[in-house]
Amino acid sequence: MKFDTIIIGGGLAGLTAGIRLQEEGRRTAIVSSGQSALHFFSGSFESLQNCPEAEALMERAGVRLHYFPKGRRLLPGGAFREAVLSLGDVSLLPEGPIGKKALIISFNGYHDFFPELLRGALAKECVQSTIATLEMEELEALRKSPSEMRSVNIARVLDKNPDKLVQKVKELVADEDVVILPQVFGLDDDDIPRRISDALTPLKTVFVGTLPPSVPGIRTQNQLCRRYERLGGTFIIGDSVVSAAVHEGVVSSIASNNLDTYRLFADHFILCSGSFFSKGLHSGPSAIEEPVFGLDVEYPESRGQWYKADFFEDQPYMGIGVKADKDLHPSIGGQKVSNLYVAGAILGASKDGKYGTGAGKAIRSALAAANKILSL
Amino acid sequence: MTFQDYTRSVHNFEECMKCTVCTAYCPVVPVNPEYPGPKQAGPDGERLRLSDPLFFNRALKYCLNCKRCEVVCPSGVKVGDLILEARLKFDNSKPKLRDRILASTDFMGSMARPFAPLVNMGTSMGIAKAVMDGVLAVDKHRTFPKYSSKGFEKWLRKQESVQGSYPRQVAYFHGCYVEYNNPQQGKDLVKVMNAMGVGVQLLEGEKCCGVAAISNRLEKQACKNAQANLEAIGKAVAQGLTVVNLSSTCTFTMKDEYPSILKLDNSAVKDSVMLATRYIWQLLESGTVEPRFRKDLKPLRIVYHTPCHMQKLGWSMFSKELLKLIPNVELIPLEQNCCGIAGTYGFKKENYETSMAIGEKLFEQIRKADPDFVATDCETCRWQIEMGTGYPVRHPVSLFAAALEDPLA
Repeated sequence: MKFDTIIIGGGLAGLTAGIRLQEEGRRTAIVSSGQSALHFFSGSFESLQNCPEAEALMERAGVRLHYFPKGRRLLPGGAFREAVLSLGDVSLLPEGPIGKKALIISFNGYHDFFPELLRGALAKECVQSTIATLEMEELEALRKSPSEMRSVNIARVLDKNPDKLVQKVKELVADEDVVILPQVFGLDDDDIPRRISDALTPLKTVFVGTLPPSVPGIRTQNQLCRRYERLGGTFIIGDSVVSAAVHEGVVSSIASNNLDTYRLFADHFILCSGSFFSKGLHSGPSAIEEPVFGLDVEYPESRGQWYKADFFEDQPYMGIGVKADKDLHPSIGGQKVSNLYVAGAILGASKDGKYGTGAGKAIRSALAAANKILSL
Repeated sequence: MTFQDYTRSVHNFEECMKCTVCTAYCPVVPVNPEYPGPKQAGPDGERLRLSDPLFFNRALKYCLNCKRCEVVCPSGVKVGDLILEARLKFDNSKPKLRDRILASTDFMGSMARPFAPLVNMGTSMGIAKAVMDGVLAVDKHRTFPKYSSKGFEKWLRKQESVQGSYPRQVAYFHGCYVEYNNPQQGKDLVKVMNAMGVGVQLLEGEKCCGVAAISNRLEKQACKNAQANLEAIGKAVAQGLTVVNLSSTCTFTMKDEYPSILKLDNSAVKDSVMLATRYIWQLLESGTVEPRFRKDLKPLRIVYHTPCHMQKLGWSMFSKELLKLIPNVELIPLEQNCCGIAGTYGFKKENYETSMAIGEKLFEQIRKADPDFVATDCETCRWQIEMGTGYPVRHPVSLFAAALEDPLA
């Protein structure tokens, strides 16, 4: 089967490139092995400021972003981080104390949210807080299987009962002026968190991210995927590209697990298969490889330099990525691959976790690759 | 083989890093709180079961075996296989009479056929439904698939010499549904194949693929069927034939479940078993044949539903591309949601509500699109969608066949 462009990887970068190309009437396919890093997404789009093209593309897919100059956000681990651009339902806060007194709410049996850590962070800024557990019969039914008391399941229940949740929150509030809730609302519809915070006014509502899976991240994935398929894109999920035919710096086709001997052809290819976790990069005892094309990867020769012993330090391996020129063309054995582009975390993800810049970089590089293809 | 091939855990379960993505996409979890979810039922539970089989949880029977957990897993864990195999290995309860009946698709078909009109009348009558509901726990809301009194095999055998005269040949695994319930669908395939210069042969001694037996824990019966099928397919492949099939579930079962669940080696024939839509697409793509469509085709709006096992096979693009070739067709791919029937699962009284609740998301999309036809490659999805929405459902090959010029014209 022949496409204009085949995109390898169905996460934020792959979907952005796919949507951009489909919007221009190109025929594309995305091959995605399993779900993407959006399922672990904080909701931050730092490094995407001043990119109206990206914001408009997201908006058309129904993904609403929220800009807050000089903002910051409260992280699940109990620290504040500078943050100015994020999904609409990620709370961005001004400098200074968030209020006089905060009520931090969690749910019975929910272990992916840490009120104590948040209380510590607020105490440093001289904001007093109380911790409360919200109980609802609908949530109790979920606890039949305690190990699955996870964000997505909670969101499914609460999204059906937002008014009841608001009522329960109000009952818990004494003299607090701020309510902090885990971000487990709006699995399909980002109006729900908005409705909740509107209904709680004049109380100020702050949504704080949870451990994965990320409810706003899954919503974003599904919105983008829906948009891509509605534009006529072919989204192949649960398949892995295993090899590619490359001749004199030109890719002609790819082979995948599910298609055995059948090959997919295209004029252009975009590789957005992610970093180590997504298997876009593979580290062996002495070498780091890109497994599909065997692209050149830049990394320190000695394995000892790939990581630091202290887990919490910036890890050098996070910055390791495929070598690419200014047009995002990678190379194999020093030879440029002229119809292949690389985008997203496979380019290296140094400090993206720390600064919330991964999503912005994925979108920018994906748009650059797609626009380059469109300009040819 | 590499060293790592020897050290890989059963169905890759050690690779699970507890991200819960499988549970987020499981169609059962949102509608049935009794089901522990794929992560707990699969890799988490496997750890416990390996230490003591007493940890086996009978609630695993609520799993649909849709394999959506495997499709979304970022770490390549065979979550669905883990759950299915645990049910076969650790559930010591005897399969109920009802489950045996539901699983014996070919036996039931051959018994019912001589009395097809009577059986159809019987299974659709209120009193019989009430008996099935009360005694057998087959849900009374279900309409049993109609049996056809004339089988497909007999029909095709009659034109053996005509079929043999085509320059190219395929072998056809028709499955129980075409043989007993819908011979027309098989005839549609023959029409399409013949129009492209391909003759259709029967396999020698095909049996039910065994999927219903597997999911009802009748492993021995499933193995017996599988061995017979592998032998029949092997004979055809030895003659250089590709074996085509219309049902995404039968194809998936023969390609994937035979080795991974029944531990039967199908490596010699695996790549020769193919969905008919893929075969037809590849043939058209090779440029050697051109379909001749009727000149009087009216505009049709068709929505395509990807069955779960089709998603797992990764071949839905072939069916969709075929439909797009039909002149005047507007094809709308539906979002990839489970319809909820999962073969015999939805027929069971205890699963009826879950089954319909799972399907609701899909039904709503179909009602919204208000199509002329729903196209899908799975016969049980077809029953579920027809029942849930009232819209007519057809196999893509049947729609394609209807659009082709009559060979005599």
